Parts: sequence; structure tokens; C-alpha cells
Amino acid sequence: MTLEAGRLTHLQRLEAEAIQIMREAAAESERPAMLYSIGKDSSCMLHLARKAFHPSKPPFPLVHVDTTWKFSEMYAFRDATAAEFGLDLIVHQNPECVERGINPFDHGSAMHTDMWKTEGLKQVIDKHRFDLCFGGARRDEEKSRAKERVFSVRSAQHQWDPKRQRPELWQLYNARRSNGETLRVFPISNWTELDVWQYIHLEQIPIVPLYFSAPRPVVDRDGTMIMVDDDRFPLHDGEVPEKKSVRFRTLGCYPLSGAIESDADTLTGIIQEMLLATTSERQGRIIDFDGAGSMEKKKQEGYF
Amino acid sequence: MAHASDLIASDIDEYLTSHQYKSLLRFITCGSVDDGKSTLIGRLLYETHLVFEDHLAQLEADSAKVGTQGTDLDFALLLDGLTAEREQGITIDVAYRFFSTERRKFIVADTPGHEQYTRNMVTGASTADAAVLMVDARKGVLTQTRRHSYLVSLLGIKHVVVAINKMDLVDYSHEIYDAICAEYLDFAGRIGLEHVTFIPVSALKGDNITEPSGHTPWYHGPTLMGYLETVPVDDEAKTSPFRMPVQWVNRPNLDFRGFSGRVVGGMVRPGDSIRVLPAGTTSKIDRIVTFDGDLDEAVAGQSVTLTLADEIDASRGDLICAADAPAEVADQFEAHVVWMHEDEMLPGRPYLMKIGTRTVGVTIANPKYRVDVNNLDHLAAHTLELNEIGVCNISLDRAIPFDPYTTNRDTGGFVIIDKLTQNTVGAGLLHFALRRSHNIHWQDVRVDKSARAELNGQQPGVVWFTGLSGSGKSTIANIVEAKLHALGVRTYLLDGDNVRHGLNRDLGFTDADRVENIRRIAEVSALMVDAGIVVLVSFISPFRAERRLARDRVEDGEFIEVHVDTPLDVAEERDPKGLYAKARAGELTNFTGIDSPYEEPEAPEVHIDTTAMTAEQAAEAVIDTLRVRGMIG
Repeated sequence: MTLEAGRLTHLQRLEAEAIQIMREAAAESERPAMLYSIGKDSSCMLHLARKAFHPSKPPFPLVHVDTTWKFSEMYAFRDATAAEFGLDLIVHQNPECVERGINPFDHGSAMHTDMWKTEGLKQVIDKHRFDLCFGGARRDEEKSRAKERVFSVRSAQHQWDPKRQRPELWQLYNARRSNGETLRVFPISNWTELDVWQYIHLEQIPIVPLYFSAPRPVVDRDGTMIMVDDDRFPLHDGEVPEKKSVRFRTLGCYPLSGAIESDADTLTGIIQEMLLATTSERQGRIIDFDGAGSMEKKKQEGYF
Repeated sequence: MAHASDLIASDIDEYLTSHQYKSLLRFITCGSVDDGKSTLIGRLLYETHLVFEDHLAQLEADSAKVGTQGTDLDFALLLDGLTAEREQGITIDVAYRFFSTERRKFIVADTPGHEQYTRNMVTGASTADAAVLMVDARKGVLTQTRRHSYLVSLLGIKHVVVAINKMDLVDYSHEIYDAICAEYLDFAGRIGLEHVTFIPVSALKGDNITEPSGHTPWYHGPTLMGYLETVPVDDEAKTSPFRMPVQWVNRPNLDFRGFSGRVVGGMVRPGDSIRVLPAGTTSKIDRIVTFDGDLDEAVAGQSVTLTLADEIDASRGDLICAADAPAEVADQFEAHVVWMHEDEMLPGRPYLMKIGTRTVGVTIANPKYRVDVNNLDHLAAHTLELNEIGVCNISLDRAIPFDPYTTNRDTGGFVIIDKLTQNTVGAGLLHFALRRSHNIHWQDVRVDKSARAELNGQQPGVVWFTGLSGSGKSTIANIVEAKLHALGVRTYLLDGDNVRHGLNRDLGFTDADRVENIRRIAEVSALMVDAGIVVLVSFISPFRAERRLARDRVEDGEFIEVHVDTPLDVAEERDPKGLYAKARAGELTNFTGIDSPYEEPEAPEVHIDTTAMTAEQAAEAVIDTLRVRGMIG
């Protein structure tokens, strides 16, 4: 992005802020890590990290808390990305889930998410003794996130206590920790959905192809189109997946990610569709449907 | 979310290009509980089409259930985030909201208007370019309006718009509007707010929010949105002298050494002369390195990596400045301090201070005065409690570069961090360096500690006895001193009761006085250690932080903490001075263990359980430890 007459555009200000946050967090922690979920926000975060420490590499590994149920295209994209930029990639799968074969079909979305993601995240932080993890959460995503700090303190038990969050003034972030506390740091807190897309567009940041429309095999489950990504998908008797031109607005576990019918197969097409859409981003995520305030509850339990 | 939806549909590339050059405005809204602040922000989100269909559906459901607007949409419900707050119907923290128009992206800090939440408003104001102050047209300028205005002015927000709300409820009266403007201007002049704009609005009905209202034909100024879209964004930062705190030294290989940071003042170009503070070394800018290639210049707000023409030493925490207009360097200041924690500020207690990218030790003196934020009166104060603001002298453990806050927010604003909990407990704004800070220098002494210790033929140190009143500290300390004396060790015993008759007779037993009591004893002990003496200190010293302070005043290995551990009921049973009886009878207040806390040591060098050993045995245990630690032969 180039400067125009010495005045910063909103994206330049947001980028500079995110870079400042990343450098501050890395400088004040001993074992930082970047949580990497393979989605577009992760792509954006990784790009920012490469900018923040250039010409050095980002001084932390990428950590993927895996569920084994992501889209196969996501795994391919993840491995190719880490290899291309020469970054350390740590993949963690909750061994208890592996052993018990936890999946969204037999155990439900709530338990699946809690065991693989919430518990898995705690395990990987404890295992590698990470004292600070970057995350790509944004304040515009959900009401309870509007008050989240950029540097968010978690207790040694990974709990988020809304009353114990520290005031953040100016560009001064308190990254200090006591007795086993860890930090979650959100460099793109002040970005919106549109900002992220526009930044990806301007900076030509690679994203998983699932965001673009293509013919994909889907079935209808309670009014939501779910893609049949592999043969673990339990089809009903006589059910045949239908090929439809679909894409995904958010990416997670394939059985929990609703597809939308679309012809948008370019980045500007996606942005155009998003701008003209009138439903908010997280609606495609099934975990939010457990009732009002459910994200807040998940946060207190340690979910990102 | 369909602003300019025609263009989006017809030419998305053109739309994206036009939006690429939007600027960003951060503003805060402040007002009393019922001024309609949340309604206003909800209205702005609604008017800019940023309310999605599913949010809108939720809003309709919530409005019917808990809304306060009958069958109308209750816009305030769009904002209240946390469940508990939603149920109470109040916002209790700072929440950030986002919307954008064709010209600008906006970040709104929504801060509550309650009396106890100065903390939140100061937080929201610290990053704001502009402030929207809400005034209820029916109520006019209230105490809370004055308080918010004072905080806005204190935090240095230059652009203030007073939204006189609920005009629909006063029949859009021009007279009422004029009267409120006049009253407010009078007050604004007193606190130095310069650029104040007034707009008559109804957040609920939408008057003068995005479109000029037909109800106020007498008003010819901008709409609220029009104002927010055009108010200039911090151009001042670019005309001030160049400043960049070093965040991170970038060394990918032996051939590259860059200093990464965000420019917080002025601008910089390759070839510019710079000075690195506090060291004062000078060099020239070689390159401005970014991922997108080298830049010809960098301005305030940009994150860059600078390389210098000379190999000079600089590290995280240093401030790179324009050589011809460097920041000042000092270690004592006058500052505004805003206290943000439930535990009151304790003058004399060592805290940490983070300013720019540097963290240093700080102690805060007794406040010169506290500001009554409602009427700006100066009040006497010994401490600052949550949400209180005072002017204090502060003293750092080393010199730092700084600018006065009014010159540069980022090199003059700081936060205060508690050393034990690591929480942010306060914030401050530097005014100026104290003159004595420039004039007091360490006297260079020729006979030093090791020379004196050698002459004494011993290792100096502090043996610090802590425990409840009546635990047996003084008894044990006396025996230890007798034994050391017999061994030919030069000692001195500082006893709480005795010192309080002399050096500390001006101090009482409040938490603040207890901190000062121990601070003085720690200083005296450190001087005696410097003199080559083994100091025995027998003080209740109930707080960990102050024992830590005493420990930090001497070198590693010179401090032996002895916890004389006697259960409260045993100490109370002994009650050698009859003090517990008095405390229980209410004749003594702030008595440790009764109505004042005792924080047990976490890792004392010696732990003495007085219910399991005699004073003589305890003294032997201390002597043994001194031997093991090499303090005595």
C-alpha cells in the first residue's frame, strides 16, 4: 500500500496498529505462538506477522488445534503455507478425542467443539508452555467480543474473567503475567469483516479455495447445506449428494460449516456478495446457535 | 450493509478503489445514564446499514422482551454486550463499535456514564481523536457533563461535539438549545476546550443524525454524521518532532541490524540526523525498511524498521528522536495520576511504569492534591482510590526520555502496573521533569561498601523478622543479636516499637503509613549494609510488596527473611502488650490480624514455628542459616 500525501488510509492505520501489537507481544513474552485456524483471518494474521518482523521471520510457531474434521483442502493449504514461508507448524489433536473418535455426528456439535477445540487448545498451551498466543478474533464479530481487550489475560486454568481484564490506554499494552497466567493477543481486534476482505484483496493474500464458488457435493441437513468432504459422512438411506455451485463464508469442521449457493469465484465477487448480503458472518457457524450469550460462556470456559 | 449498494452491484472494483482511501476516525461517546448514548450509537449503526438481518431479528425480539421503547426498536440493545450487563440494563465497560461511510471508517469507544467509571472513560478517551458529549435537552449541563468534559480535556482530545439530545421532547426549542450552548461554552472555556461544536439531535427520532432535520430550521450547522466525516484527524502528530520508541531489534543475520517500532511523532527520511535516548548517541537514518520495500519517508502512525548509518547501541525501550529536537531525559516528574484499581494507591510503594516500550520502577509521592472531577476543586489527599485523579510527584529508578503529555500523548502517557499481580492499576500523564531531577547526582564515593565490610571483617546483610504482633520477633531478634555480638559480628537492631518513637513518629497505622514506615526502614537498612553492618530488623511488616522492596534495596544474598510464624489465636492469647484486647474492644484500629491484613511470606529463608520451638532454638536456627549462607564464619 502506498502513502497518499502523507495521510494514512484506514487500512494503513489498522495494519500499522496490528504490526505494533505483534512486535510488542513478541518482545514481552518468552514463548509466543500464533494460533492458526487456516481461515481467511488466519491468512491475514500470518501476512501481518511476516510484515511485522521483516526481514526476519516471525519469531514464533504456528499452532493448529486440529479436530481431524476440517475440509481436506484446508489441510493441504495449511501444509503448503507453512512450507512456503518456512515456518514452524505445530499440529495438536486432543489424544482423548482421537482415542474416543469424537465427531460431530455421534457426539453433537457442542461436545465436539468443546473436546477438540477448547480442551485441545488448553492442552497444547500447557504442553509447549506457551505464555502468549496470538488469535485472529475481532471485536465486530459478536457482541461479547466488543469489550474484549487486545491483550487478554487468562488464568493458569485458562479462564477468562470479564472483571479481571486490564484497562488498555493509548498504545500501551501490559503483557506481564503472574503465576501461570497466559495471554491471548488479538492484533486485528479493530478490523471488520470488510477490512479483512479488502486487505486480502489489496495485498493479494492467498486464502483457501473453499471461499470461492465451485461445484461441490452437498446434502441438506435441517435447512443447512453441508458438504460431503469425505466418506466419513453418514449419508441417510438412499441419500445422494447433489453437486451445487457453492462456497463458504466461514471455514471450520466440514460437518459444521454451512455452504451458501453462489457464483462468486473471484475475490471481488466474494466481497461484492458479502457487501450485498444481509446476514452476519457468524451465522454460518453452528456453534453460536446454543442461545444468546453462548459465546461469552464459551470464552469463560477457555474457547477462543 | 448496503451503502452505495448500486455501485457495489454495478462496479465492485470502482467501489473498492474508492473505499481504499478512506481515513479512520476514532471517537468516544460520553453521557449520563439516560442521555441516550447507546441509542445514538445504535442509530448510527442502523443509519449506515451496518445492522445485519439476523441482528435485526434479534433486536426486534429483544425490544419486545426487555426494550424500553414500547413497540419501537430499542437501539440501545444492539450494544449491550455481556449477559449480566444486559440484564441490568447498563453498560459497565468500554465497548468498541465499528461503522463506515463512503468517506471514513469509524471506531467508537462506548463508555459508561456512571460516577464510578472514570477508569473506563479515560481508557476510551486515550485513543480518541474526537469526543461526542451527550446532553439531555430537558436537563441541560449536568455535573456528569462537566466531569466528562474535564476528562476529555485532560486526555487531550482536541475536537469535541456536544450533541444536545432528545430535542423532540422539548419541542425542538431554539431557546432551550441556545441556553444550553451558552452554559456549556462558559464551562468549556474554564477547562481549556477550544474547538466545541453544538448539534441539536434526537437519536431516537433521527433528527440531524445523517440528514438535516425539518424540525430545526433555525439550525444551519452540520449533521452529527457530517461533522464526524469531516473533522480533521490528528494532523498535529505529523508536525511534531520525530519520535520512535524501539520495540524490537531486528537481526535476521549478521549483516542486518534494524530497529523496529511505530513512529509516534513527526516524520523521518533517510539521511536525517537522529539521537538515541536516554544514552544520547547520534547517527543518521540509513534506510526505512518495510516488507513492501524501502520507504522515502515514514510519518506518525506507521510501523517501520529503521537502519542507522553507524553501528551504535540501541535496544528495546530506547527512543529514537530527531537530533535537533530530542526529548528530555529525567527521573523525577510531576504527573497527573488516574487510579484504576480497587486497591488504593500507596505512596512510597514500588510499582512498575510502562511508557512507550520501556518499563521502569516507580514510586509515587503523596498526592499534592486530588481533583474533584465534578467541580475541578483541589482537595487534600493522602492516597488515590479507584477512579480518583490526583497530581503527584513520581520518582523512577532510572532516567527515561519523555515529552510532556500535552506535546505528545505517546511519549508522555504511562500506565502503572502492580509488581505482584501484574495488573494495570493506574495511568498517568507527565507534566514536566522536576528541577531537582536534573541537579541531584550520585556523590562519587571512594571508600565503598566492600572496603568497609573488609575493615569490619564480615559480610554485611539484613536479617528481617516479620510476623504478627506478639509473635516473638523482638525476643528472638534480641537473642540473635546477643549471639552475633558474642561472635564478634558488628550488628544493629532496628525494632518497630523503638523506631516509631523517633524516625517514624509521624506515621500512624493506615495502609499508606505502614508502607512509608517500611520504606524508611528499608532505606536505613540499606545504608547500614552499605556501612558494612549486619542489620537485624524486627517489624510486623505485613505486606509482601514492602518486604520485597526491602529485599530489592540490597544485593542478592544479603537479605534473610525470617518468618516468625505464630497463629493468631496463640499471639492473641499471649498478648504481651495488651494490644489484642484493645483491638478487640475497638480501642485500636488498623491492627494487623484483626482489622488489617497480614500477608504471609511465600518463601522466607527461615521459617520459625513458635508453637514447636523455644525462642533460644529459634535464634539458633537463624544463626545456622546465616552460617550456611556465608554471612558469618
